[in-house]
Amino acid sequence: MELLYGHPKSLVSIQSKYCPGCGHGVIHRLITEVIDEMGLQERSIITNPVGCSIWAEYYFDFDSVQPAHGRTPAAATGIKRNLKDHLVICYQGDGDLAAIGTAEIIHAANRGEKFTTIFVNNAIYGMTGGQMAPTTLVGQYATTSPRGRDPGEAGMGYPIKVCELLSSLGGTRYLARGAVNNPVNIKKTKKMIRTAFEAQMRGEGFTMVEILSQCPTNWKLSPPESIDWLEKNMIPFYPLGEIKNTLSTAAAPAGAGN
Amino acid sequence: MSKEIRLMKGNEAIGEAAIRAGCASYFGYPITPQNELTAYMAANMLPAGRIFIQAESEVSAINMVYGAAATGVRAMTSSSSPGISLKQEGISYLCGADLPAVVVNVARAGPGLGGITPAQGDYFQSTRGGGHGDYHTIVLAPKGVQEAADLTFEAFELSDKYKIPVLVLADGLIGQMMESVVLPDPVDMAALPRKPWAVGHQARDKRGVNHVSSMNLDPATLEKANLKREAHYDMVKKELCRYEEMQVEDADLVIVAYGTSARVSMSAVQAGRAKGLKIGLFRPITLWPFPYERIAALAEKEGRKFLSVEMSMGQMVEDVRLAVNGRAPVAHYGRTGGMIHNEEEVLAAAERMLNA
Repeated sequence: MELLYGHPKSLVSIQSKYCPGCGHGVIHRLITEVIDEMGLQERSIITNPVGCSIWAEYYFDFDSVQPAHGRTPAAATGIKRNLKDHLVICYQGDGDLAAIGTAEIIHAANRGEKFTTIFVNNAIYGMTGGQMAPTTLVGQYATTSPRGRDPGEAGMGYPIKVCELLSSLGGTRYLARGAVNNPVNIKKTKKMIRTAFEAQMRGEGFTMVEILSQCPTNWKLSPPESIDWLEKNMIPFYPLGEIKNTLSTAAAPAGAGN
Repeated sequence: MSKEIRLMKGNEAIGEAAIRAGCASYFGYPITPQNELTAYMAANMLPAGRIFIQAESEVSAINMVYGAAATGVRAMTSSSSPGISLKQEGISYLCGADLPAVVVNVARAGPGLGGITPAQGDYFQSTRGGGHGDYHTIVLAPKGVQEAADLTFEAFELSDKYKIPVLVLADGLIGQMMESVVLPDPVDMAALPRKPWAVGHQARDKRGVNHVSSMNLDPATLEKANLKREAHYDMVKKELCRYEEMQVEDADLVIVAYGTSARVSMSAVQAGRAKGLKIGLFRPITLWPFPYERIAALAEKEGRKFLSVEMSMGQMVEDVRLAVNGRAPVAHYGRTGGMIHNEEEVLAAAERMLNA
């Protein structure tokens, strides 16, 4: 009998430490499915970032490196430059990437570093217990924005659209935003990951998939409510789809050739 | 076979020695007075097909070193004092993950932005770990261009051997001055031993999965790891202490000095001896591990005094005091702020102490 769907080989069969309804587990699964499909398990290296996904080495059944908070793209640079034929995945959360590590991600992207960033955006700090993230929406509650994020009086700044921010940089070739709130978006996100990994293995330039993800615990919602919240609040602000695609495989823009 | 002798700036000699030691990845960020080193690496690493990146900051550069070192290659960064401060987090992670790496500090005067002229105010930072947590780096202190090249070359060997980052602590004088130097023969990079703990090439090496990490959230396990590292440090202390002595046998006063201060002190010792003064010089070459035992032995001689001469407000003097442990008088003399004492000043300080 042919096995149509099973546990990915690259994903360790273990109960995760993630909370019920958390998006990390789905994202881990998508990454490992693509790695298995591409036959890259023994040539993959992931950086486990500071944050809830710090435990990545427990879950991914391939090599890993654990860098300092925010320095993930710098460490991934050092890894990928030395292991050009390996798949290097720079896994980052919104605090790691868009707050403490803003310099590192901008310059890695600008240099066109040939690893793939998986940017998990859940608009909140998870591991430290629900503080405001750079991607926290205006008005959204967090322990450090107790009356909601207030860019005005309280000077809390505005949520950062990372794909759009990076899209002006010459080194970026593929910037896409997916979500793991429903099966349709999960399938689309998997395709984005596949596109990015394939581009990396062709050595095309900086690739990143931003993934909108639920954090029911720190959003103080049930898992079903958090899916609803993501759809009603995050997706309208963070549009899904390919924000930039200048890969060799990109479809010609509509009207080209006319 | 006759060796090629070159006239080189210290910064360039350090760069060339690193290349010859098989440095595969160099990551740097401009800062005076080590800029020639970064430029030398750009000019010579890239044509050789090796990795050179001018990082966006010292912080990024040290973390690029972390990533590169995790793949098992020889990796290096260099900077000067304020930049080395920025690298401390990364150095702590390197130590926590037991990764080899070479960090060169062409030190300048502080604190803060301070100045760009030579100083030795980074002794505490270099020898006490520098960042957070229980760790040490090996610290090598050259006194001139030749030794800067030799110790940089050896730093890669020591770092790989002990899996401890090695800090080469030079200063702006050593980085900027030109001297003749005989360079070490290049190593065959392909023949360097493979590192079984490194990431990458899993299939080639037919091994299980490797994780490079400094994280350990279980206190009991972390304590065990730290104790194991401490035992490893004890072994390094036994094997690696290195120093040079000059006329200490009969000395009534032993000047203890490293790097540029030692160089100046050598002239002071010669001038003092010419005047009939019994002074000598003890020059630590490894600042960590510090040669406590040898200094303790020197302190056994009745009536002997110790003068720590440093381009700082007195930092190494604390180690000299620890070594002497009350058995002999210990004092400090030095200039700070990027001022360098001359031999007359050092000799005068020595005479004052002899007559005190």
